Amino acid sequence: MTTAYELSPLRMLEAESVHVLREVAATFERPTLLFSGGKDSVVLLHLAAKAFWPAPVPFPVMHVDTGHNFDEVLEFRDRAVARFGVRLVVAAVQDDIDAGRVVEETGPRASRNRLQTVTLLRGIAENGFDAAFGGARRDEEKARAKERVFSFRDEYGQWDPRNQRPELWNLYNGAHRKGEHIRVFPLSNWTELDIWRYIRAEGVELPSLYYAHRRPVFHRDGMLLAHSRFIELLEGEEPFEASVRFRTVGDATCTGCVESTAASADAVLAEVAASRITERGATRADDRISEAGMEDRKKEGYF
Amino acid sequence: MLRLATAGSVDDGKSTLIGRLLHDSKAILADQLAAVEHTSRQRGEAELNLALLTDGLRAEREQGITIDVAYRYLVTPRRKIIIADTPGHVQYTRNMVTGASTADLALILVDARKGVVEQSRRHAFIASLLGVAHLVLCVNKMDLVDWSAERFEEIRADFRRFAMKLNVADLAFVPVSALHGDNVVQRSANMPWYEGTSLLHHLEEVHIASDRNLIDARLPVQYVIRTRDFRGYAGTVAGGVLKPGDEVVVLPAGFSSRVRSVRGPGGDVVDEAFPPQAITVQLEDELDVARGDLICRPHNRPHVGQEIDAMVCWLTERSALTPGARYTLRHTTRSVRAEVQELVYRMDINTLHRDETAESLSLNEIGRVRLRTQTPLLFDAYRRNRSTGSFILVDDATNNTVAAGMISEPSASIVWHPAAVRRSDRASQGMTLWLTGLSASGKSTIATEVERRLVAAGRPAYLLDGDNLRHGLNADLGFSAGDRAENVRRVGEVAQLFADAGVVAIVSLISPYRADRDLVRARHTAGGLPFFEVFVDTPVEVCEARDPKGMYARARAGEIKGFTGVDAPYEVPSEAALVLRPEDGDPAALAAKVLELLDGEG
Repeated sequence: MTTAYELSPLRMLEAESVHVLREVAATFERPTLLFSGGKDSVVLLHLAAKAFWPAPVPFPVMHVDTGHNFDEVLEFRDRAVARFGVRLVVAAVQDDIDAGRVVEETGPRASRNRLQTVTLLRGIAENGFDAAFGGARRDEEKARAKERVFSFRDEYGQWDPRNQRPELWNLYNGAHRKGEHIRVFPLSNWTELDIWRYIRAEGVELPSLYYAHRRPVFHRDGMLLAHSRFIELLEGEEPFEASVRFRTVGDATCTGCVESTAASADAVLAEVAASRITERGATRADDRISEAGMEDRKKEGYF
Repeated sequence: MLRLATAGSVDDGKSTLIGRLLHDSKAILADQLAAVEHTSRQRGEAELNLALLTDGLRAEREQGITIDVAYRYLVTPRRKIIIADTPGHVQYTRNMVTGASTADLALILVDARKGVVEQSRRHAFIASLLGVAHLVLCVNKMDLVDWSAERFEEIRADFRRFAMKLNVADLAFVPVSALHGDNVVQRSANMPWYEGTSLLHHLEEVHIASDRNLIDARLPVQYVIRTRDFRGYAGTVAGGVLKPGDEVVVLPAGFSSRVRSVRGPGGDVVDEAFPPQAITVQLEDELDVARGDLICRPHNRPHVGQEIDAMVCWLTERSALTPGARYTLRHTTRSVRAEVQELVYRMDINTLHRDETAESLSLNEIGRVRLRTQTPLLFDAYRRNRSTGSFILVDDATNNTVAAGMISEPSASIVWHPAAVRRSDRASQGMTLWLTGLSASGKSTIATEVERRLVAAGRPAYLLDGDNLRHGLNADLGFSAGDRAENVRRVGEVAQLFADAGVVAIVSLISPYRADRDLVRARHTAGGLPFFEVFVDTPVEVCEARDPKGMYARARAGEIKGFTGVDAPYEVPSEAALVLRPEDGDPAALAAKVLELLDGEG
């Protein structure tokens, strides 16, 4: 006898995510999906398309645009939006800089990463979104390990880790007042490896950055950063060309890459499975600020 | 995939054990390890502090205790394991309840030097209450009791005695040293007397597939997917197996149909759907199905009721559960108002003693309550089905989740108080005349005339008019299929009481669904009371031409949704005692026909 009625871990994760996507679409008035073009948000959009098949995805996607994008990611974003037939809302950090709501950092280490939070919250408020799907996973970072699937944000968009709603069974509590919203993380229980397995199994298309390609890069703080028009080089930093790929895609100023020759999902999967370093540890300068870097930014309302 | 919840007291070394599991199974990556080494050194600790791997938030690291549920992931060649790491100290019982709600297995830690303490018992009780089928007691710090087999046996026997009072299907014991790694991932050389497997090996091998309910088919409708040529009911299978061709009913309306197709995410055709698949079902018939409805098999239905007996754990310090309080209750895909009718007892979770004099439940307290919901729930006992047997209560003032509930098997033990007066002792004999038909069919006009004539003849009679009752008795109900069913049920109950009291109850109610009317008839029959269904069969065109309240016009304009005869069905009676048509005469003539039914009855 075969072991009947069993789902593979990947299909169980998929089912759980689809349940969450449907629950939000059914119970919120104006949900949105935060779409960066990063692999997690791409998988999330793919899952949303599957959850409501054959109907179109019943909510728009929002891109928080730092203005420091990799060109490949913007092209990919526009193609994905067209392919899935979803409406795109862009919230631009540049608008907040121009309006004087935030002050841009200067110097060679300048990044717009932290400014994004203001733009994200403004985008949510201006569009009246009451739920925002994010692709965050609990395996990414210690503060995220305690995040709920439905994460309540007060009227200032802030997260209070000591006062989270208990989350039982698959009964989610999305109750909120006007002005408050809920961040929803359907990929909470996925790991980086799960994401890549799913990308391979489903043939999910990703921005080309995720696969090995040659580009000018330089070393900084033990990471490999892309040499681009957005970063000033420091004394002694010498760009060189290498075969690299990105494990995460964020603001071009603080997202590093790794040397790699993996040009397909299969090859990347093999690399990820063998890797001894987490994706954020390898490639995210923003998490290195302090041991509690992510926790502090999350409280402010970050992704 | 295995979901596991861990619990233990502050000093039992639970975080260290999880850190050890992750570390020794190579789930910790180099940079995470480097961060832990760095912090351990900063704190002046000689050895690597593995607990730092799991204590995620700054406050916890500073206090050295875990304050919230943290989720960890462990992938072995055999299984993906999701660990809900829950704090053990007294004030955070609610976190253990949260972690255990989705767990297949609960891991309870005790310190070998201290043995089974109050908290171990509490954790075991919570795990069993939350229906966790597998329990593993890890006896930690074996290194500090010289790897003593006797000590291990003593603790095992002690725990077994307690566990016998609980409902635990599978109980295992593992002696470990989280600090040194003995029996965590590898078998220990220090305890040759131990014949079992390592903890990780046990977690990889424990059989959980049959813990699900694969018998009672349940699909709570979560979302209706509609396009021009597709209508499907999406939801997560909560029990049993569903496949194309299956005969099904949709509750609460009771429509029956057949499954046309079952599809997984993205439209993949599924031969058989089972929990926890997320599916979309198409039915053979065009039915009015909405979120909150439940699809099941005709001969295997959940309980339907508004009186809910449940064990409840209170989760907030900001308020307490007291009789009379009202909350929003979330159950499967339904959200209803519920009132606490009674706190039956509070359970002392250390002694399992039931305190029936308790007047409230505070944070972390567990008790048995009786709730009354505004509309019926479609539920199973939690023991039978964790999905259709669980609910949460949400406080409308704060929007917080304040309670977790596990529904008990409804007992048939609501006691009837015997009456001193027999029905035949009364001055007159009652009955129910039930006039059903479309809006503006003339029901109320006929009913009013029937009442006038009966009262004029000295017969006790009373008109129960659907519209009027919606101002009072049924003011809290809307027009969804569920609310309509409840509307009919309540009017039926009231009519029955009037009839029992010796009054002719004349009901004028659209009551569009046959199943609802049949239920009222069945209740009367069971109570030995005459019940006459009168079908006022006025064609919809005639009703619409009359339209005294302008309702049809509004429904046609789309201002009113779910209007019977326009975009909601009316099911014609199959056993009407009398059918009245416009051509049969004017309202007075039709009333006379109704009164003929009384001949021969009392």
